[in-house]
Amino acid sequence: MSDYSDGFWAAWKLIITLDPDLYEIIFLSLQVTISAVIIASIIGLPMGAWLAVNRFKFRRYAIAVLNALMGLPPVVVGLFVYMALSRAGPLGGFGLLFSPAAMIIAQVIIITPLIASISHQTIRDLWAEYHDLLISMNATRTQRIKALLWDGKRALLTATLAGFGRAIGEVGAIMIVGGNIEHATRVLTTAIALETGKGNFAFAMGLGLVLIVLAVMINLLIHIVGKTERASTW
Amino acid sequence: MKFVLTAVMTSLLAVASQAETLKMAVTTSFYNSGLSEMLLPAIKADLDLDVELIVVGTGQALRLGEAGDVDAILVHARAAEDRFLAAGYGTHRREIMYNDFVFVGPSSDPAEVANATSAVEALQAIASNQAPFVSRGDDSGTHKMEMALWADSGMAAEGAWYRAAGSGMGATLNVASGMNAYTFTDRASWLNFGNKGELGMLYAGDPALFNQYAYIPVNPVRWPHVRHDLALALEGWLTGETANHLINGYALNGEQLFTFNAQP
Repeated sequence: MSDYSDGFWAAWKLIITLDPDLYEIIFLSLQVTISAVIIASIIGLPMGAWLAVNRFKFRRYAIAVLNALMGLPPVVVGLFVYMALSRAGPLGGFGLLFSPAAMIIAQVIIITPLIASISHQTIRDLWAEYHDLLISMNATRTQRIKALLWDGKRALLTATLAGFGRAIGEVGAIMIVGGNIEHATRVLTTAIALETGKGNFAFAMGLGLVLIVLAVMINLLIHIVGKTERASTW
Repeated sequence: MKFVLTAVMTSLLAVASQAETLKMAVTTSFYNSGLSEMLLPAIKADLDLDVELIVVGTGQALRLGEAGDVDAILVHARAAEDRFLAAGYGTHRREIMYNDFVFVGPSSDPAEVANATSAVEALQAIASNQAPFVSRGDDSGTHKMEMALWADSGMAAEGAWYRAAGSGMGATLNVASGMNAYTFTDRASWLNFGNKGELGMLYAGDPALFNQYAYIPVNPVRWPHVRHDLALALEGWLTGETANHLINGYALNGEQLFTFNAQP
């Protein structure tokens, strides 16, 4: 079985020959996933903090539901988004089905609970530490949430990166709502599924390696830019 | 934060507004043949039209047309196409080209499918030997054809030897290759398939295995947003001389995959 070594070769050949199709696919993968991560963070991070700071009747249930939603099956999310965005569906008028926007919507739904849940856990621990201080300063709710999000920003990066990891490797939902259209909605994961279907295992593996390297590079980059995981800023 | 939001919104809008594009649902067997990679650049050059292909089984392609999610469909299941037209989902049906279905299976051929004299006999040989057989099982055109042949054969397509993959043509061939089992496919997908393993083409040539592809524009009366003008332009091209040459000239290992048969 030489498909393994062929896969490495295929990956190298694609990268060093600057294959334009590959770069288009990589660019779209990043555009979709990064857009989804930004939107999901804007929703999820404050939502997690709000749940940590506020006490209300159904708080426990809300948190339990949120944690359960972390495991949302992407293919089900894909199906729901598909039905909603289809011309025959309630949001069909926007004509978004089979567009990158549809893929972003699906990914936001998949990763927002994940980001919110990790954010909630992080902020809860921090809140225990800051509770007396912020109360004695007579800080308002919004001020408390802002202070906690700011001081927990390094830990919250983990939440964002977890969302990125889930979104960049996701295939079930974006295959359904994006349609894997060449030059329009084809991303790395759907291209891998397609090439596997064609029996082009070496090429599929090449794309897989590119995807893994890309995910590692993005994570490293964010750590370097954010100056995390260094002795002085533990 | 405002900057980030603006960036996201512009990127969303940028991808939403594009030049002239037409969405067409096509079958996996057509796409896996590789013919579209020849046709699409020529269409772009001649018509300045970007054709976006949604690659699904015939069953789902028809559903996409019903829901108005595509502008046209290119499928191969006559009975389902006629129902689609009768219900008013499409304007008309235009035949474009044909190829044929074939039986592939282990080269050792334990069920002796290669000695069959008809497609029905081939299925009877497989069923009576209980030889492992992988079916598409996805309501695609290929699957519908297989089911029609099973009905003619009088054999029951069930038991541990009969595996419904529920997948596209390529994925089904992968399963057959992995299990070294018999399967039913179209000639183009088979010739283009990169993971043949121990499999070989065992039976072909019965007129019952004729596989006609037809083009149907989605009805603009039903869905005013569909680009019927573009769908008609594409139809004109697909039934024209350039398409004729490209389709008849498309060959793999010296074997012609499709035969153009559109009436002018």
